Amino acid sequence: MNNEQSELKTIHTTCPYCGVGCGITASVDPAKRQLEIQGDDKHPSNFGKLCSKGSALADTIELKSRLLEPSVYGHDCSWSEALDMVADSFISTIKKYGPDAVAIYGSGQLLTEDYYVANKLMKGFIGSGNMDTNSRLCMSSPVAAHKRAFGSDTVPGCYEDYEQAEMIVLVGSNAAWCHPVSFQRIRAAKENNPALKVVVIDPRRTASCDIADLHLPIAIGNDTILFNGLLNHLNQHDALDQDYIQQHTEGWADALKSAQASSTNIEQLAQQCKLDKHEVELFFKWFSSHKKVMTLFSQGVNQSSSGTDKINSIINCHLAMGSIGKPGMGPFSLTGQPNAMGGREVGGLAHQLAAHMDFTSPEDIDRVARFWGTDNIAQKPGYFAVDLFDAIYDGKVKAVWIMGTNPVVSMPNADKVKQALQQCDFVVVSDCIAETDTTALAHVKLPALGWSEKDGTVTNSERRISRQRALFKPAGSAKPDWWIVTQVARRMGFEKAFHYSSNVEIFREHAALSGFENNPQQHSRDFDISGFSGLTQQEYDQLQPTQWPVNKQNPQGLARMFADQQFFTASGKAQFISITPRPAGNLPNKDFPIILNTGRLRDQWHTMTRTALSAKLSQHKPEPFVEIHPIDADLYKMRQNTLAVVESQWGKMIARVQITDTQQQGTLFIPMHWTAQYASQGRMGALVNPVVDPISYQPESKHTPVRIKTYQPAWYGFILSRHPLEFNHPEYLVKVKGNQFYRYELAGETMPESWQGWTKNALCSASNEKPQWQEYTDPAENKYRAARILDNQLQSVIFIAPTILLPERSWLSSLFEKPEFEKQDRLALLTGKPPLGTPDIGTIVCACFNVGEKTIQSAIKEKGLKTHQEVGQCLKAGTNCGSCIPEIKALL
Amino acid sequence: MKQRLVVIGNGMAGIRTVEELLSASPDKYDITVFGAEPHGNYNRIMLSSVLSGEKNIEDIIINDRQWYVDHNILLHAGEDKAVIEINRSRKCVIAKDGTQAEYDRLLIATGSKPVIPDIPGKNLQGVISFRDIFDVNTMLQYSRSHKKAIVLGGGLLGLEAANGLVLRGMHVTVVHTNPVLLNRQMDKQAGGMLQHALEARGLHFKMPARTQELIGDDNDHIKAVRFEDGSELECDLFITAIGVRPNMQLAQTANLYCERGIVVNDSLQSYDPSIYAVGECIQHRGATFGLVAPLFEQAKVCANHLSGHGMADYKTLPTATKLKVTGINLFSVGNFLGDENCESITFTDPALGIYKKLVLKDNKLIGTVLYGDTVDGSWYHELLELEQDITEIRENLIFGQRYLPTTESTHE
Repeated sequence: MNNEQSELKTIHTTCPYCGVGCGITASVDPAKRQLEIQGDDKHPSNFGKLCSKGSALADTIELKSRLLEPSVYGHDCSWSEALDMVADSFISTIKKYGPDAVAIYGSGQLLTEDYYVANKLMKGFIGSGNMDTNSRLCMSSPVAAHKRAFGSDTVPGCYEDYEQAEMIVLVGSNAAWCHPVSFQRIRAAKENNPALKVVVIDPRRTASCDIADLHLPIAIGNDTILFNGLLNHLNQHDALDQDYIQQHTEGWADALKSAQASSTNIEQLAQQCKLDKHEVELFFKWFSSHKKVMTLFSQGVNQSSSGTDKINSIINCHLAMGSIGKPGMGPFSLTGQPNAMGGREVGGLAHQLAAHMDFTSPEDIDRVARFWGTDNIAQKPGYFAVDLFDAIYDGKVKAVWIMGTNPVVSMPNADKVKQALQQCDFVVVSDCIAETDTTALAHVKLPALGWSEKDGTVTNSERRISRQRALFKPAGSAKPDWWIVTQVARRMGFEKAFHYSSNVEIFREHAALSGFENNPQQHSRDFDISGFSGLTQQEYDQLQPTQWPVNKQNPQGLARMFADQQFFTASGKAQFISITPRPAGNLPNKDFPIILNTGRLRDQWHTMTRTALSAKLSQHKPEPFVEIHPIDADLYKMRQNTLAVVESQWGKMIARVQITDTQQQGTLFIPMHWTAQYASQGRMGALVNPVVDPISYQPESKHTPVRIKTYQPAWYGFILSRHPLEFNHPEYLVKVKGNQFYRYELAGETMPESWQGWTKNALCSASNEKPQWQEYTDPAENKYRAARILDNQLQSVIFIAPTILLPERSWLSSLFEKPEFEKQDRLALLTGKPPLGTPDIGTIVCACFNVGEKTIQSAIKEKGLKTHQEVGQCLKAGTNCGSCIPEIKALL
Repeated sequence: MKQRLVVIGNGMAGIRTVEELLSASPDKYDITVFGAEPHGNYNRIMLSSVLSGEKNIEDIIINDRQWYVDHNILLHAGEDKAVIEINRSRKCVIAKDGTQAEYDRLLIATGSKPVIPDIPGKNLQGVISFRDIFDVNTMLQYSRSHKKAIVLGGGLLGLEAANGLVLRGMHVTVVHTNPVLLNRQMDKQAGGMLQHALEARGLHFKMPARTQELIGDDNDHIKAVRFEDGSELECDLFITAIGVRPNMQLAQTANLYCERGIVVNDSLQSYDPSIYAVGECIQHRGATFGLVAPLFEQAKVCANHLSGHGMADYKTLPTATKLKVTGINLFSVGNFLGDENCESITFTDPALGIYKKLVLKDNKLIGTVLYGDTVDGSWYHELLELEQDITEIRENLIFGQRYLPTTESTHE
């Protein structure tokens, strides 16, 4: 250890969040377990840029929240005991009920090597198809659509196309928040080339509309109608590439026929999509008059019961114009997770087998079986995510192993998922975080490595394989996922097939399988990284970001697929798919009249297990909220910042009301992130209907009929506390990490007998500290405020009121950063406002530099700032990740 | 020819009335003042400061003898000049030494007398009250030669006396019948904090306690106090400070209508139209007085009538309290205890020694008690007098005037 002291190492790795797959240069102090993060200038996915989440990674590597020891039924134990327990339980379950009674549910957070061995164990040796992953929730529709159109799950283009395109269409993608670095790259491309047209097609006026020349606020779920209409328009206006259609595609006539049937004219189309006819015409005109068009799509398209059709309707238009396979054009799927694509490569979805081979072809099954040397390979797909948890609920699956994901939060009808796991005989969870809504239900908990310790590869949206490298030694007893799976596999009797002693051995095998009986001349399979099958450990460690395929023909990888217009279908031609628009699975009705849409926020990732550890990231949107259009707000008598109960047939939640005309009438938006760890009633997954796409089995997370009503608690309040608190919380509780404090937003249905007593119970630790108290009481108005002070340092403060009229939290929050309590601050404390002369910076706008709304407003006013660049020069706000530029512009 | 005004009482109320009168109508009267103390006019409420050593007698003289000369006022001051009779039919007053003065208008400002508890031993040597310069000098003499003092009464005067004697080096115990110190001005919590603060300054307290008997030594000098609970405390000096009652003996002898005090109307006029009265000797609308603020207001109104303007009405307003013990800030005004029809707002920070309580009724401030932070006392007093509706400023009212105007906003 001593040798490591004060020795700073520079390590290149990748970000663990979205599918952009940004390269990171980390300065690591292994002894202090500290690190500084910068964007990797040389990484071709981000060229040095990072978003707010990536920039705050150093905040999330704390060990406090980590799962560090294996445990069995709540008792810490040795690895061998835990692994024996998992292996024995799986063996006995299989013996008694057959291989389909066990399942693995993985995650796009797993590295390719981890994924590969988990998939190999389940499909190759246990002999069941029951390995699915949370990629089912975000990427299965693109997989299915790509398969249908190209015969392979291939993303044709790459990020470089942003700079080459003449027009970029964002469909169902708030890239500004969900893929910020890609979005900033598009913003830069547009600034360099003002002729670049940007169109955003999204029911919500999102932050991505900031750079849009045109925003089409399409009625939720009608994308197939719009793109069918576009196909029609291309046909009617001679925008087709007839040669291309003739030579390289099949199915044009049928596809056109279906498109013509879906809307008779543009008026009807505009009405169906609730769009302005002229704006639709403009979009069609632009699309048809530019060859270099990129259509970027993401969860707004994917998470739909017609997700696969939506994507094919988009691909159809690109095929019709021949806008594919060349620079600056093509359909482009923005993947959700850092390794969503890597998971697909290894066959992590239940309908896939391995290396872009699946169960539809007996030859594929035979080939993989021979390669793996198994006689027990699965013959059919396993349960897909939603079905899997139903099967657990129904007792068909008796033992499940969940890796690196939090389905109790993220799955549709999440309350049923919770119940399913509660009644499941045997639940294993491997995770890096100790307390999640899912680990709470685990019988066996296995501590996995987290980002900064894991070592392996990931593949981003543009097929680029990058190394994610270990920055620190494993914490506690945590182990790599591949090691954990390998150990269980060996204990189950598969020693020979799971002989791995390092990640590179797995990667080489994965690479070799991708090239196994894969003849490039015959276009057997798109995914071929056989060029990596002989990597030495050193080459693997020094692997540079490379876009697959990597084989004899493309030893350095390949930026764009289909340049030769050869597809991986039987005929080698791309397929038009006939699309007949279908309504969403559940339509609004009398009881549930309004549609719930869900999505990501700028500064949070998935179920917040890591991002919520960062104070910086927790300030932008600290609480679960529901966005509602002003007219709907009137209709349902909602007031800004009050609480609302949102309820579907499947579940309910409580969220803070945000009234905004960025939302369409008749629809609500709720962010996906909150879990029981941070919000007592903030899990949107509980509401979401368990409807799936019939082809991809991806859930329809963006369309659930719900109702909304005002939540009327007897009181509202908040607590800020230097230390995390355990208290008997009221009905509504949200926990937010701040800089040196925790914030708890509260509301309760009953008043405690005495606020003094309640507060002392809630705020006091068990120790013998002698705190000083400051109190404000106005019992007639039901107002109570108190502060707890120790050694002239603010320890905690509580504000209670009968309405939402409570002071801003920002100034009070800032007091936790002060080493000493100043008397003037102390006297002003329970007003919630700074004493005169102390600035109140307001709600944080720029998370990177911690610049508040009020600071920006006053700088604009006092210095006469006119542009966001000027604001940036003056305050630095918006000059790092740039995600807050739309908000700064709104303030201007 | 000028009219003749005779003033009985050379204290704060009487002379303030003369001052007001001089500024309103300087030439209306020939003025004669009788005072039973051999001094000019001094600030009685500063006696505590003299006792504690923070001030000396010269510092608290308001008007020295020259002032009377300068204003052509005839001053008869001293024990012999105490007025013993008012002859209403002859319209003249007679002093002990026979000095007489005729009046067209008479102003009685004879003040009050300390209440002496009716217990055995009340006439022992070393049992005194705290009323005038003489008493202060007595206490100062004792403090130089004796050790132990007991102060009966935990009111403003008693605490000031006790504090002064502690500063003069005596061991002082305050005996109070109520469990709360300053219970006329403080509630239980503020009283407790005050007690705590005074204990830190070396005062001792025995409370609640009732005094049964004062025990004398062979020289009829007090040596101990026995309480109803049977306990005893030794002492060399016993100071009674359990309140005052109007000094109306002279008026009663003159058959002027009195009840608990000399009864006056809103013009401060007694039942004899030629005779006015101000200060602690009067009873106005059922109330008697013990603090200085209303006296000054009475002086103003009375002078207005004496000068012939006849425009002003006296109205008793809530009076604010301050304790003159350096470093202890307390303030109270109005109905600070409240009742079941009142609402209250409190702010406490015991470590900083701060306690504030506002009592509200019908959205108006009707009383407040402040301990430790009294900066906003006068503002609250003003709100209370104006009967201002405080609904809009209620949120931050207790934090004080500098937190106005409040602009409450919801978060985010």
